[in-house]
Amino acid sequence: MATSQVHGLPLTRATAPRTSSRLTLRHRLAKDLRRNRYVYVMLSPVVAYYLIFHYGPMYGAIIAFKDFSPAQGILGSPWVGIQNFQDFFSSVYLVRLLRNTLAINVLDIIFGFPAPVILALLLNELTSPRFKRVVQTITYLPHFMSLVVVVGILIDFLARDGLVNNLLVAAGVPATAFMQEAGWYWTLYVGSGIWQAVGWGSIIFLASIAAVDPTLYEAAVMDGASRFRQMWHITLPGIMPMVVTLLILRIGMMMSIGYEKTLLMYNPSTFETADVISSYVYRKGVLGMDYSFTAAVGLFNSVINFAFLIAANRLARRFSQTSLW
Amino acid sequence: MRQTPGERAFRLLNIVLLLALVVVTGYPLLYVVFASLSEPSQLVANRGALLRPLGFSLDAYRLVLQNPMIAIGYRNTLFYVVAGTGLNVGLTCLGAYALSRQNVMFKTPIMILIIFTLFFSGGLIPTFLLVGQTLQMQDTVWALIVPTAINTWNLIILKTAFESVPVSLEEAARIDGANDFTILFRVVLPLSLPALAVVILFYAVGHWNAYFNALVYIRSRDLYPLQLVLREILITSNVESMTTSVSSGDAFQVGQTIKYATIVVATLPILVIYPFLQKYFVKGALIGAVKE
Repeated sequence: MATSQVHGLPLTRATAPRTSSRLTLRHRLAKDLRRNRYVYVMLSPVVAYYLIFHYGPMYGAIIAFKDFSPAQGILGSPWVGIQNFQDFFSSVYLVRLLRNTLAINVLDIIFGFPAPVILALLLNELTSPRFKRVVQTITYLPHFMSLVVVVGILIDFLARDGLVNNLLVAAGVPATAFMQEAGWYWTLYVGSGIWQAVGWGSIIFLASIAAVDPTLYEAAVMDGASRFRQMWHITLPGIMPMVVTLLILRIGMMMSIGYEKTLLMYNPSTFETADVISSYVYRKGVLGMDYSFTAAVGLFNSVINFAFLIAANRLARRFSQTSLW
Repeated sequence: MRQTPGERAFRLLNIVLLLALVVVTGYPLLYVVFASLSEPSQLVANRGALLRPLGFSLDAYRLVLQNPMIAIGYRNTLFYVVAGTGLNVGLTCLGAYALSRQNVMFKTPIMILIIFTLFFSGGLIPTFLLVGQTLQMQDTVWALIVPTAINTWNLIILKTAFESVPVSLEEAARIDGANDFTILFRVVLPLSLPALAVVILFYAVGHWNAYFNALVYIRSRDLYPLQLVLREILITSNVESMTTSVSSGDAFQVGQTIKYATIVVATLPILVIYPFLQKYFVKGALIGAVKE
């Protein structure tokens, strides 16, 4: 440490000759590498991980512009330009995949996004802390259950002879094989998503509610505002910036639906409404080994996602103080 | 406190709504437990909700616990959770410490390099080809541990926690001759235990619940994690392997209770630790939400 100060002092003088700027950089670099050598030792496996497992696939994505065969490798395979993209744009699947991806996301934004906000508002109105804790404990729980178990329960309950149909039949409604009906898929996908995520999602809004200035409520009570009015005129505006920011970021993920849940939930009779870009890539790529074509489809999806996120971030910056970067 | 009739109605409605939510969330789980303990023949004959087990039978649990695939899945998942989380936490600590230091010249470019991966990825297929073919991890345990070695959100949680450790403590340790490794393990980590607990739990639950990478990379059944075994039983409804020891007439009936018993057996570890960990998880959800 002592030596570095000795080195640093004369070089930062304004009177130092021009040529010293390169020297300064080199000195600073040497100083940094010496002082932080252990920090860089720690960083090297981390950087290596990101380069290999995140940037490696980005490099590998160039097979989208090639006719890749494993035998020839990434470099050896011949270039085909944008042939793979053209194939996808002219395929009958394009419209179906885009429609399903957009529809599920729009439904989730309309119903799934407000659900935790509403839950947080309702929880905040509870006067009994005991009951509040019970509700929270139970609604957080599904967040920690695996998708396999959640979808497994869903399939079992909604089977033709399952719990839901038994209750419906008892009420005089004819039984439906819900999981086999393409018309029910979006509802079930979004609904089960809300079931699993609403409690956990409410945490952040509860924290945001707790940060609202309590003197506002006192003033409102003096003015004779009811609990509902307080919620409407104080709590809700108080958490609005947070809501807007998260909403915009959610819109930024408009084109992404994971394959994890889709692959568990869909079956050939619901492909029509269930198949999304990622599940299609899995089927045609991992199972069908049509690597270049599906790499192109995946790259197309990544680029659209990225564009949505950039746009969403612009919006977030304009409408609230927060943004991702 | 005086209440207007409107207020009273509002509070009542609120309680009713939240009770309904509790029932909708909690009852399916309760049903699964009741059904798993029921007498198989009575359960199949039943046409309605359950408020308690119908009869009482542990046959399903006996069959589930005797099933070799469940045992293999359990053993493998325990290994993936322990080894995977170990690697996760080790690398995440190193990265979080390094990136929480001040005056590190390459910190910003490395941070940009890392954050960018949150927004853009090469996609499933190039990853699959890289891990499976180029790195030869196809059908090895490495495929489930190494490609997910660092979760960027967890890295940010831990980095944020490390940044809140007072710099003066670090300086004091440095004067005493400590290097960065000593500072990390002796100063920073002991002062960040709650955040560390959160990150360990997120990673461990993630490994416990993961199935997709195993579906893509693992072929050998003796490397299957529990979730993949569960998927066969619950999603593709393949319970034959468990009911072979039972006469065919009973097989269907037992098959039903087996599903529920499997769910319970596979979820129990999380349910058991959940109440103790809830407060940590909540803390983690909030740190993770704080903007970087």
